[in-house]
Amino acid sequence: MAIVSQTLPAAARARRLTATPGQIALALAITAFLLMFLVLPVATVIYVAFTEKGSSTFTLVNFYDFFRTELFMRSLWNSFYVSAMSVVWASVFALPLAYLTTRYAFRGAAIVQTLGFLPLIMPPFVGAVAMQLFFGRNGSINLLLDEYLGFKLDFMEGLNGVIFVQSVHYFPFILINLSASLRNIDRAMEEAAQNLGCSGFRLFRRIVFPLAMPGYLAGASLVFVKVFDDLATPLLLNVKDMLAPQAYLRVTSIGIADPMGYVISVVLIVASVLAMWLSARAMKGRDYATTQRGGGGLARRRMTTGEAIFGYGVVALILALVLAPHLGLLLLSFATIWSFSPLPDAYTLAHYGRVFGESSVYIKNTLIYASIAGAIDVVLGVAIAYLVLRTRLIGREWLDWMATAALAIPGVVLGIGYLRTFYGVTLPDGTPLATLWITIVLALAIRRLPYALRACYAALQQISVSLEEAAENLGATKARTVRRIVVPLMAGGILAGFVTSFSTAAVELSATLMLVQSNSDAPLAYGLYVFMQSAAGRGPGAALGVVAVLLVAACTLLSHIIIERSQKAKGMGQ
Amino acid sequence: MISRRFALAAAFGLLTATSALAQAPGGKVTVVTSFSKDVTDPIKKAFEAAVPGVTLEVQNRNTNAGVKFVEETRANNQVDLFWASAPDAFEVLKGKKLLSAYKPKAAGIPEKIGSYPINDPEGYYFGFAASGYGIMWNERYARANRLPEPKDWQDLARPAFYDHVSIAAPSRSGTTHLTIETILQGEGWEKGWRTIKEMAGNFRGISERSFGVPEQVNSGQVGVGIVIDFFAFSAQASGFPVKFVYPSVTTVVPANVAIVANPPNKAAAEAFIEFLLSPAGQEVLLDKGIRRLPVNPAVYAKAGPDYPNPFTDPRFQKMIGFDVDKSEQRTAVVDTLFDQLISFQLDALKGVNKVLHEVEAALAKKPNDKAKALAEEARLLLAAMPVSEAQAASPELRGAFTGDKQKGARQAEIENQWAGFAREQYAKAKAKAEEALKAAN
Repeated sequence: MAIVSQTLPAAARARRLTATPGQIALALAITAFLLMFLVLPVATVIYVAFTEKGSSTFTLVNFYDFFRTELFMRSLWNSFYVSAMSVVWASVFALPLAYLTTRYAFRGAAIVQTLGFLPLIMPPFVGAVAMQLFFGRNGSINLLLDEYLGFKLDFMEGLNGVIFVQSVHYFPFILINLSASLRNIDRAMEEAAQNLGCSGFRLFRRIVFPLAMPGYLAGASLVFVKVFDDLATPLLLNVKDMLAPQAYLRVTSIGIADPMGYVISVVLIVASVLAMWLSARAMKGRDYATTQRGGGGLARRRMTTGEAIFGYGVVALILALVLAPHLGLLLLSFATIWSFSPLPDAYTLAHYGRVFGESSVYIKNTLIYASIAGAIDVVLGVAIAYLVLRTRLIGREWLDWMATAALAIPGVVLGIGYLRTFYGVTLPDGTPLATLWITIVLALAIRRLPYALRACYAALQQISVSLEEAAENLGATKARTVRRIVVPLMAGGILAGFVTSFSTAAVELSATLMLVQSNSDAPLAYGLYVFMQSAAGRGPGAALGVVAVLLVAACTLLSHIIIERSQKAKGMGQ
Repeated sequence: MISRRFALAAAFGLLTATSALAQAPGGKVTVVTSFSKDVTDPIKKAFEAAVPGVTLEVQNRNTNAGVKFVEETRANNQVDLFWASAPDAFEVLKGKKLLSAYKPKAAGIPEKIGSYPINDPEGYYFGFAASGYGIMWNERYARANRLPEPKDWQDLARPAFYDHVSIAAPSRSGTTHLTIETILQGEGWEKGWRTIKEMAGNFRGISERSFGVPEQVNSGQVGVGIVIDFFAFSAQASGFPVKFVYPSVTTVVPANVAIVANPPNKAAAEAFIEFLLSPAGQEVLLDKGIRRLPVNPAVYAKAGPDYPNPFTDPRFQKMIGFDVDKSEQRTAVVDTLFDQLISFQLDALKGVNKVLHEVEAALAKKPNDKAKALAEEARLLLAAMPVSEAQAASPELRGAFTGDKQKGARQAEIENQWAGFAREQYAKAKAKAEEALKAAN
């Protein structure tokens, strides 16, 4: 990662002719931001991976240890397997939802899109409890199966359990990016294919899906990397032989002074960047851009009655499956006692009463933090996507990879890095910089940047450069072209990116927990954590979780309505 | 040196505390704690009422993150108090000179609870509530799965409990670490590990956080959990169908509070400790969401008749003495042994145990000496440890885990050796157990 700082300025010098000074300045500014708030803090923590025990000299012996340890190799393989299988299953959930809601005149498409998005916002801890109460070995479903049919299904056992939970949890990445892509496909392409006699599944396979490829790949690569780097789900299912849990367990306890945890972090970062690089390779040399705009995406077909029944059936089935945890959460928030029974013993409103008074400050903080973080992310996302796809600055891909690496950094490592880097820096009155709430926002923005970046990247890939050239030929400056042509055309992708970053930032915990300094600065996720540490706090915690989900869902719905509106304005209305 | 001077100053301050010279506490006092809202809220309320003008700012972090936080922010410390269960966390903080000494004025608190000193002998942290370790189970689950009532650790190793028991990893949970250490001290290194591994063969899973275990038992996902007592008591008080028992080999250990070195608001920090140890503060512990055992014996008069009282209850008098120094010396080694031999090899361990349970069932029907001997051989293979008690406390091993500055074996190397040892032993044990099963049938 140190190479970046050296190559970029050099690159800028060498390529003065192919990039405008503005672009170079932008690249430098983003590099500085990422160095300051990502590379530097993380480096203060993980440099240990490269040092020898007892002295502080540089060594690679720790990596040798890593590859020699059976447990780590087993974990590495398990992580790959689980990530790949999760992509497969997430695609199975996402494809029908995305396709049906964008290609057909589907009543309630915005609601389906919103509901399909909810799984991504599973509040920490309480979501896990709700999921166990539903799908666990003694969850509602298994207790009922056992009582009436005499067998149980292991939804949540071992690696397959992890795959199940992860694909339910992260399929919205594919859904949201693929939907944005499908909306951006020029209707003319489809019409041309139809005129040439192509229809049905062949039309989808040969024309529609390939054209939506940038969105699908953006989503699929996110799912892969996210599952690869996620530690909460495996730990919840007591699966420890995966890489991310190993890193987390070591960094936070077993070997707090041992380099292995940081070695694993480095391996995670390398693997994530590699996955992103591969998905970029897969798209290389292909052009997904279409020039004619204003078609408003694929033609919305009317469904025949049979198709409609089938379509709604599939959607209902998928939604029922992926939203079961949220239903569990809702029940839990009204439950008095829910223990070893299909449904709670009795219901009460008391939990909401308990969180009502204090949740307002959490809600306010969450909205502020997540919106600022989301805004930072889309601005950076658009800028990086533009620099990578539209300029020839040498080393521009490094911006992308640097930002992507954030996905692989355990939140706790980033949290400790921030404390190390910014706690010593004080304001004039002596308050450390790290105690200000803006630090939490920056950490959230860095952690969620990859989501927004992928969405923006996919959106820009679908825009033909000829539109920009046309604008410039007509005398527009680069900046004006970006403002008036590129950004409006990317709007769908930008919104998708904002929504993903915003909503996942709203429930982030691991870095937040390290950085929260006072209750008055705490977001919802922290409030939840505090409740979920005791038996009596389970109900109020669930109530707070429901509040978080509703909050994010409302924001998501709003943005979908905006997308629909803008599409109508582009020509669907006529 | 600085902290010692602080200690002297604090002690001196106490002597003259009654005079008007003592500053009245005020302002904001910040506490880093691992305790849940159900514990901190009532205490905060009572404290702010008892000492008007002071606001208690609670920062909730798990114990490890809390220690890390105090350590990382020492250069510009903004925290007044550290407040958590596990005494080891306080030992770590003390070792890193992150605590300041103090001498509480509160009266009526004995030297020891069971055989454990309530306060740090050097005066850096103070016990405010006691907790014992034991077994918690879900009654509905137990009825549905026909589980007998467990009474002792060994019960959990019986075939009936296969796949029904849960525990937190000792490396993740200071309280579980103490449970494991208690068993090792109570039964001895070899026998203790055998008990632990035989229980572990029945584990359903190993959670990575303390509260994960009672949560799973409360919701009925797991039948039996190895937990600290107040998790069970507060769950009972909230209405969950759970029960709890103290096994014969157990101990009571105080949960603690300490003043962080260089506190921004020392007067208020001291006031908080005084409040916590005062009868009024001790009584808050009886609150149904908290349910911890006060360290002031007089307070039990206000508790219900079935509230466990470690000062009078004979069960507690029988509990073993707990050697803190011994525990402290081998903490990392014990935790890593547990992780490498049990947590990360759980499937193999359970696999052998399952076969051994089948052998036992077959033997109950039809006794067979050869099978019995083979099964015992398999058990011995399972129980074998890669290091002896003396080695576990040796400076070489400790050096590998503390990341100190000398050269020596790397932690990863040692872990890999232990994991290899476990894999080999469990494979041999599996072969022996299968042989035994063949002989028994």
